[in-house]
Amino acid sequence: MSPQELVNNLRSFLPPEAVLYETEDLRPYECDGLSAYRQLPLVVVLPRTEEQIVKILKLCYATQTPVVARGAGTGLSGGALPHAQGVLLSLAKLNQIIAVDPLARMARVQPGVRNLAISEAVAVYGLYYAPDPSSQIACSIGGNVAENSGGVHCLKYGLTVHNILKLRVLTIEGECLEIGGESLDSAGYDLLALMTGSEGMLGIVTEVTVKLIPLPEKAQLVMAAFDDVHKAGNAVANVIGAGIIPAGMEMMDRITIHAVEEFLHPGYDLDAAAILLCESDGSAEEVADEIERIYAIMQQSGATKISASQNEAERLRFWAGRKAAFPAAGRVSPDYYCMDGTIPRKHLADVLDGIEKLSQEYGLRCMNVFHAGDGNLHPLILYDANQPGELERTEEFGGKILEMCIHAGGTITGEHGVGMEKINQMCTQFKTGELEMFHAVKAAFDPSGLLNPGKAVPTLHRCAELGAMHVHRGEDKFADLPRF
Amino acid sequence: MQAIIDQYKATIRAAAEQETPLQIRGGGTKDFYGNSVVAQNNTLLDATAYSGIIDYEPTELVITARAGTRLADLEAALDQKGQMLAFEPPYFGAAATLGGCIAAGLSGPRRASAGSVRDFVLGVRMLNGKGDDLNFGGQVMKNVAGYDVSRLMVGAMGTLGMLLEVSLKVLPKPVTEITLHMQMDGTVAIERMNQWAGKPLPISATCYRNGELLLRLSGAESAVRAAQLKLGGEELRESEIFWRSIREQTHGFFQSASSLWRLSINPTTPPLNLPAEQLIEWNGGLRWLLGDEKLNAVTIHKAAKDAGGHATLFRSNEPGVSVLHPLDPGMMKIHCALKEKFDPSGILNPGRLYPEM
Repeated sequence: MSPQELVNNLRSFLPPEAVLYETEDLRPYECDGLSAYRQLPLVVVLPRTEEQIVKILKLCYATQTPVVARGAGTGLSGGALPHAQGVLLSLAKLNQIIAVDPLARMARVQPGVRNLAISEAVAVYGLYYAPDPSSQIACSIGGNVAENSGGVHCLKYGLTVHNILKLRVLTIEGECLEIGGESLDSAGYDLLALMTGSEGMLGIVTEVTVKLIPLPEKAQLVMAAFDDVHKAGNAVANVIGAGIIPAGMEMMDRITIHAVEEFLHPGYDLDAAAILLCESDGSAEEVADEIERIYAIMQQSGATKISASQNEAERLRFWAGRKAAFPAAGRVSPDYYCMDGTIPRKHLADVLDGIEKLSQEYGLRCMNVFHAGDGNLHPLILYDANQPGELERTEEFGGKILEMCIHAGGTITGEHGVGMEKINQMCTQFKTGELEMFHAVKAAFDPSGLLNPGKAVPTLHRCAELGAMHVHRGEDKFADLPRF
Repeated sequence: MQAIIDQYKATIRAAAEQETPLQIRGGGTKDFYGNSVVAQNNTLLDATAYSGIIDYEPTELVITARAGTRLADLEAALDQKGQMLAFEPPYFGAAATLGGCIAAGLSGPRRASAGSVRDFVLGVRMLNGKGDDLNFGGQVMKNVAGYDVSRLMVGAMGTLGMLLEVSLKVLPKPVTEITLHMQMDGTVAIERMNQWAGKPLPISATCYRNGELLLRLSGAESAVRAAQLKLGGEELRESEIFWRSIREQTHGFFQSASSLWRLSINPTTPPLNLPAEQLIEWNGGLRWLLGDEKLNAVTIHKAAKDAGGHATLFRSNEPGVSVLHPLDPGMMKIHCALKEKFDPSGILNPGRLYPEM
């Protein structure tokens, strides 16, 4: 089917404003939050109902047209990068909160509903939706499901996968699956877990039932400064070793501290090599108890300066600096590239040392913010895209950081997803056998490979070519790889 | 240890070649649960040999152990460091293994507040039906590289692969734990449990039976005592024994000759109007029913579905009744496709989950 026929077909059941095909109309959809990758789709569709999506999928299936789903487009791994020969399926217009059941503590929402909008809508019942990715004012719940988004509170409250109950999913053939239930488990395989984080490769989510939890009575924050990153890392281990699961545990390194202090003046210690923000939430009694213990542990761990927030305004001010880390990076550098590795926490100091070495080697500065409780590291590489070759050096530097995370026993992505961005590093993290199983899982849902083709899981061919380029320590990692 | 894996691999590869089914079995404590492996001529694949804790670092909140490790050994190691498996898996016998716990996917009384088995699984090493040695997930809390195959293994009853190693997130044990009990009508109890679950209270388990509601509170001493004042009721002595009897189903309610049904449903569902003795857990989300001849599977499946959930014939004396809740055709199609991808020869515990696969 020619592009024009496809557009005409789509316009036969969608209103004119829901089918975009002129280049200037397509332009806003050419990239997601990772703007280094850009591609115009053939056509963008903006359905408002599940019924319309079914028709779109049936048409795409019949014509073997690729489909890329997109939520709010805030993703950081190029997961929603359009396909040149494909339809970009925006779910942004499905933005209704369908039902809230405060007693059962669940809300049924459409995929385009913003993450924060859910918490705002249910606050009146003393409830909220726990996962809070930094983009929560803009990112959509459908995108959160696709990426299994986390946030700063996920050590205690879990990721998206821990906080959803049910999905309505359309297969590429337009068939509707109800996965999960209003219950805490469901019959058969755990497809709810499989769908979560599947990056739009298995199906199109048209409805999400999320779990709501009670708003904590109180939250309080301890800010501790350290003259050494190792000491800060040990302090995190000491808090957790003492049986405390903090609601949030964030670390910033020196360059980040300086960047945000200059930007927002939250009152961070400029002499510190690292700052920890450790939050406790719960009942007033619990928080008082925990804060006292955290304070003492920070002291014993060698903190040079400790303060506990004395009121809500102060707590928010301490947080503001951390939350402004990305914009602060944007202020000190024309461009920055955000990485997302996770490591076992005990290797933090080594990995930070390694990043510092690479930073010197590549001549590029790097700010490090760290979800310290769960080991999720966000190095922000500062670069200038207008300098020839700097983006390429940045990407290579980033790739090296991810490989270091793998060697430390961690992973290339904690919460941003593989998308287009980290597809090469998947060849390092997984062997042929696992990659084959990923392709098999995909084929069980989408045999013709029309959903978000080319993302998340590299072809064996691609890995073979990369493998030939990087032979690690003289050993061929893909010795048993079929070559074709 | 690699020799054991090589042996498992050889067994699986031989079975795949000859298309003879395998019955993968750990401690055998959950043989009663699910369907039997369909084929009579199946070969037993004993999964207990590959055992032992591989890595445990309390400050990382992660433990990695071989699937044949006894749950009791695993929990003893955690206990020594003041930590626990927060999902309180039932053992149903001293021989219970980690692999069996993951494959069965059952969680205990703390599930409604702390999460389920799958919520705590971080990674697995497994053999698929071709005998390929595969690693999914990892040892870190956050990991979105590749599809979440590790969690897919939870509750799959060994039909997708043989588990070799599992990494789990663990949590500190609460400092204080007390149990309150109070007399209450069933409808009121369900409403109260749900109201309380929507408040910041440290309730870690609930159980309702015969007009009596039991609440377990866990956390910091101060928080538990403050909640006790808000909730009222009497404090139950030796409550640990009580919760163990619920977790392990040694409580009198479960000692019946009748079939035992497990209904996992919307927690706010009023007491089910079915002619059966009932015990309620998980703030109303889990209902145990003792069936008799008046109660057939169709009625129960419908009641569970109407209440937003599903029903399992947990312990049965009646052969021929579908044990797991029937799947919609679309879902069954995906299940069969996944089974076919992981186990192309259909040799891993065939029929154990559903007769079709």
